[in-house]
Amino acid sequence: MKRKHQRLFLGLAALAAIGGASALALSALQDQAAFFYTPSDVATRKPDVDKAVRLGGMVEKGSLKHLKDGVTIAFVVADKEAKVPVRFTGVAPDLFKEGSGVVAEGKFTAEGGFVADNLLAKHDERYMPPEIADKMPSPDTLAK
Amino acid sequence: MIHALANPTRFLKIARPLTPILFWSGLLLVLAGVWGGLTQTPPDYLQKESVRILYVHVPSAWLGMGGWSSLAIACFAYLVWRHPLASLAARAIAPVGAVFAALCLITGSIWGRPTWGTWWQWDGRLTSMLLLFFVYVAWIALERADRERGGDGRIPALFGIAGTVLLPVIRYSVVWWNTLHQGQSLTLTQSTIDDSMLWPLLLTLPGFSLLFGGLVLMRMRAVLAEQRVEARIRRMAA
Repeated sequence: MKRKHQRLFLGLAALAAIGGASALALSALQDQAAFFYTPSDVATRKPDVDKAVRLGGMVEKGSLKHLKDGVTIAFVVADKEAKVPVRFTGVAPDLFKEGSGVVAEGKFTAEGGFVADNLLAKHDERYMPPEIADKMPSPDTLAK
Repeated sequence: MIHALANPTRFLKIARPLTPILFWSGLLLVLAGVWGGLTQTPPDYLQKESVRILYVHVPSAWLGMGGWSSLAIACFAYLVWRHPLASLAARAIAPVGAVFAALCLITGSIWGRPTWGTWWQWDGRLTSMLLLFFVYVAWIALERADRERGGDGRIPALFGIAGTVLLPVIRYSVVWWNTLHQGQSLTLTQSTIDDSMLWPLLLTLPGFSLLFGGLVLMRMRAVLAEQRVEARIRRMAA
């Protein structure tokens, strides 16, 4: 075997080893690397009360309520299988509305609800002009 | 093909006329795309005008990642065939790729503020792209240190290949993990961006790519010219 071929072989072997190692590492990371819990995650294994976590899902249609104090809102974050009631005091981002995606940062309470101290609007991968969006049925699933 | 190009004289013969062609055609396409994206396309139904940043953000992300793939291929070619031009190519690609990765992060951050309501979040896509930028910077430092100490370029070449691990992580981060960043809008066969908003991207994407090629060739020619000057000075001194 010529030296050049030896190096080619070694190079390819190294590449395969790196790929394999990282695939293993990433599959182990699967859960830890998630940016937020979905409502169905919460239903199966609930995060500890008073631990800072993020909750992501769709703001359920018709669930958004403005409370009497004027600065607190209450709504329900849902995915296909589960729902979580959320309360937030403060200024929500412009894109936050019913029927669209949201990521809430905050804590679970002992009563099973979620108290958010920050809201992030989640955008999906669809881009379109307003006149087309008006004709589209609104999304009811959480885009990845 | 690779072996024929490994000869610097032959490489320069092709690179000299190719550089301005790539550079100017790329610039023209980018300007046309930016004009289209800023004045001709409708605003998005949710993001309004801030959607227009995608005409720069998407090509930057694409070239930040594409830059590293080409750097890794050059490193691999250097490691196996020991062509000096391959290591030169990697050296020329690195800062250009790093600039595009940075551009991707900056434009993304500017877009994220009005859309998500945050400049930065440690989500899978954002974090892995930031890592790629750091890996670029680390590679540049490592390669320079290796050259100054008279190394043979094997270590930076190995690092260049190892860095490719990040590319699938960035690409699939939005699939593997739930992230704040939205999923893939463009694949080879379909797009979830409406046609009326897509076309400027189809100009800036090849435009920035051609510009990238032009910049890399420029840098390679500059280094070759520098080496020639150094060789001549050494000969005159002797």
